[in-house]
Amino acid sequence: MNPSGETIAVAILLLVTIAGYALFAGADLGGGIWDLLAGGDKRGAAPREEIDTSVTPVWEGNHVWIIFGLVVFWTGFPSAFSAVMIALFVPLALSLLGIVLRGVGFAFRHEAERLPTKRLYGAMFAASSLMTPFFLGTAVGAVATGAVPANPGGNIFSAWTSLTAIVTGLLFVATCAYIAGVYLVADCDRRGRPDMARYFRRRSLAAGLVAGVLAAVNLVLLSESAPNLWDRLFGPALPAVVVSVVGGIAALLLLRGDRPNLLRGAAALAVVGVVAGWGVAQYPWVLPGALTLAQSSAPVAAQLSLFAVLGLAALFVLPGFVWLYWLQQHEMLQQSHPPPTPTAATAAENRLPAGNRSAVTIRPAPTRHPVLERALIALVVTGVVRALVRHFFPGRNRRG
Amino acid sequence: VSASLQVLAEGDIPARTQMGASLGFHIIFACFGIAFPTVFLIAEWVGIRRRDEVALVLAQRWSKVAAVIFAVGAVSGTVLSYELGLLWPGLMGRYGSAFGIPFAIEGIWFFVEAIFTGVYLYGWGRLAPWAHWWSGVPIAVAGLLGALSVVSANSWMNQPSGFTLQNGRVASVDPWAVIFNRATPFETPHMVLAAYMVVGFVVSGVYAVGLLRGRRDRYHRLGFLIPFWVGAVCAPLQVLMGDILARAVANQQPIKFAAMELVDNTQRGVTEWLGGIYWNGEVYFGIGIPYLDSILVGFSPNTEVIGWNSVPPELRPPLANLLHWAFDIMVGIGFALMALGAWQAWVWKFRREVLSTRWFLIPAALAGFASIVAMEFGWIVTEVGRQPWVVYGLLLTRDAVTTAGGVPVTLAATILIYGVLTATSIVVPWHMGRRWRAQGVAGAAEDTVQTPYGPPPARTEESRA
Repeated sequence: MNPSGETIAVAILLLVTIAGYALFAGADLGGGIWDLLAGGDKRGAAPREEIDTSVTPVWEGNHVWIIFGLVVFWTGFPSAFSAVMIALFVPLALSLLGIVLRGVGFAFRHEAERLPTKRLYGAMFAASSLMTPFFLGTAVGAVATGAVPANPGGNIFSAWTSLTAIVTGLLFVATCAYIAGVYLVADCDRRGRPDMARYFRRRSLAAGLVAGVLAAVNLVLLSESAPNLWDRLFGPALPAVVVSVVGGIAALLLLRGDRPNLLRGAAALAVVGVVAGWGVAQYPWVLPGALTLAQSSAPVAAQLSLFAVLGLAALFVLPGFVWLYWLQQHEMLQQSHPPPTPTAATAAENRLPAGNRSAVTIRPAPTRHPVLERALIALVVTGVVRALVRHFFPGRNRRG
Repeated sequence: VSASLQVLAEGDIPARTQMGASLGFHIIFACFGIAFPTVFLIAEWVGIRRRDEVALVLAQRWSKVAAVIFAVGAVSGTVLSYELGLLWPGLMGRYGSAFGIPFAIEGIWFFVEAIFTGVYLYGWGRLAPWAHWWSGVPIAVAGLLGALSVVSANSWMNQPSGFTLQNGRVASVDPWAVIFNRATPFETPHMVLAAYMVVGFVVSGVYAVGLLRGRRDRYHRLGFLIPFWVGAVCAPLQVLMGDILARAVANQQPIKFAAMELVDNTQRGVTEWLGGIYWNGEVYFGIGIPYLDSILVGFSPNTEVIGWNSVPPELRPPLANLLHWAFDIMVGIGFALMALGAWQAWVWKFRREVLSTRWFLIPAALAGFASIVAMEFGWIVTEVGRQPWVVYGLLLTRDAVTTAGGVPVTLAATILIYGVLTATSIVVPWHMGRRWRAQGVAGAAEDTVQTPYGPPPARTEESRA
């Protein structure tokens, strides 16, 4: 049975969410990895500050992608979602732990005043930035190799500890670091920090090479562990794979140059190509060998409502999101302050004794609100009348 | 002891405990997401309209605290969406296509809230005053709509509707009927009012402590009054709404209601018990008001109230006494908060001042904690009261729980992390407050407190070098 058009559309939506998470939140996670590798307090101060400036204003908006992904997954393919959640309980719980620690570390490290607390929260943020992509990667590897059955009885450790799954996890980590490095190069260039741009250029080049090698190793492993996937990767999914490889190589070459937007585009293309290739290669399965898209799909109305939600999102969220990014990219998200308080005014105010009547009100408030009063009286009267009527003339709706 | 521990570690108990802990934690932060924007927007409105600098300073500081709280709420909300799958795959696998829709809609409002919070925080002093105020309005509206979406998902668990089943699978879905199920119109306003009360009384409680310590300046009086009004206005509405909701529960989920009111056998002229312990068919130590329960349910002493004996024991909620006490304490706190608000309103009407007596300020300082307790107990009533069902009448909780091992481990981690998180979420705003107090109102221009949403303070040339 071939999946319906709506089912394919939901599957594409799911892939888009995954790609969105990889491109936006992946970059933030990668920022955490570079934070981790930046070295001691002194040496790492400059790169940490750049990472912080780039990630801070947008991290929560980016974080919402994974919530969206979960929602699309469980609404669109409920039975597959439930199978994945049971079989891959351990890596998913660990990735969640990473998300929690990371969010907490991030939220509070700006508030921490003393260096040791700052360090603690910073370390929490950085270490958990490794955890989340790695364990999400092993989960993806487990699904791609068809290690998740349709009705798992419990945890399946072998599913996500296979060599392919582990390499996929490492690939995710390297990719996050690579994407983050590329974005940071562009950010530093724009902010006029050529030294930091050079710093991140070297590092993203290294991360890109590592990611490339890991991807190649993963492909070789897939030929053993998931022959079907491998066949389709070099069949219908070949264009996506080619796009990804070309994007990756182009990004590595562009790193030396001076075209930040092109560089970002090429790096994004490499990631999007991988996600798209994975999707096409897995078609028509949602859990390869166990559950097809058609078998697992939700009723049409649920799928359509997902698209209605998407429409709403485009209407409400997209403009705001674009605006936020525009502000951030133009370095306009800087804190400024309300106009200074005229000191004399409040000081005089504060000298007044506590019980002073005029102290709180500046403008004499109206003592009567005729409209409100009438509305309230009307509400109470109708309520009482209604209750009385229902008490004395028991209507058809009354129980007992 | 080890045998009883083993019982506790089996079946759905660890998963239910973990879900309860996560939800009980998140809901406090969710309250701030729903209602805090309104409170700081009121302060800003007062500030702009009356050219009141103190109100503006309050609004700006509150918005910074809100940013920290939102960030924690975003994380704990993510935990909940994960846990829906990790702990309850049976629920999501069977009903995900219906149950998931309200969550998808909630995602939008969450996005909107996150984006405009960033803009609002960044916009202080940059946008024109009214433009800045309007940039905060979407946060408040998104909070309300988000509450509607999530609470409608919970209402759906109480009154599932909007789908048809075929061979145990959801065959068709009516999204509109899923969202606006029979319980939504009752649960949503109750929760929204609860959120406004929690935020109003918690924030005013902070300033009540300041007033108690003798900081009687305008900053503290205004900081107390604005949120206190919000809570005080909502309290009587909440008592009214709670009464309506209780009648709806008696109608829609009679067994839950029976446990709340300690009704064992279906009968007429039922006594309303205030407090009391049910044991072997008798209620001990309670204050019984004859006929009141029947009158509350159907406005007549003859109204029949369904008792829990009408269903087999395995379909009754556990711990009827717990539910009864949670319900009674919630109602009691509701009335007490209403009285507190009325007292201040009475004094305000004649004397236009904040009550300065300890008899008022100490309860006012505790009102925030009390309103959180009331809200948590309300959730205990609705969630434990629905047991043993996860989807009322359709799916048992024990059939929805995950078959994966390891829940006790994640439960321990959850409790540990949330304990630390709770402590931090209290300590950090407290530190912010201390710094602000050191600065004074006049020093607001040099405010250096940073927030996780990021607008970092303008970088000086020295830090760049």
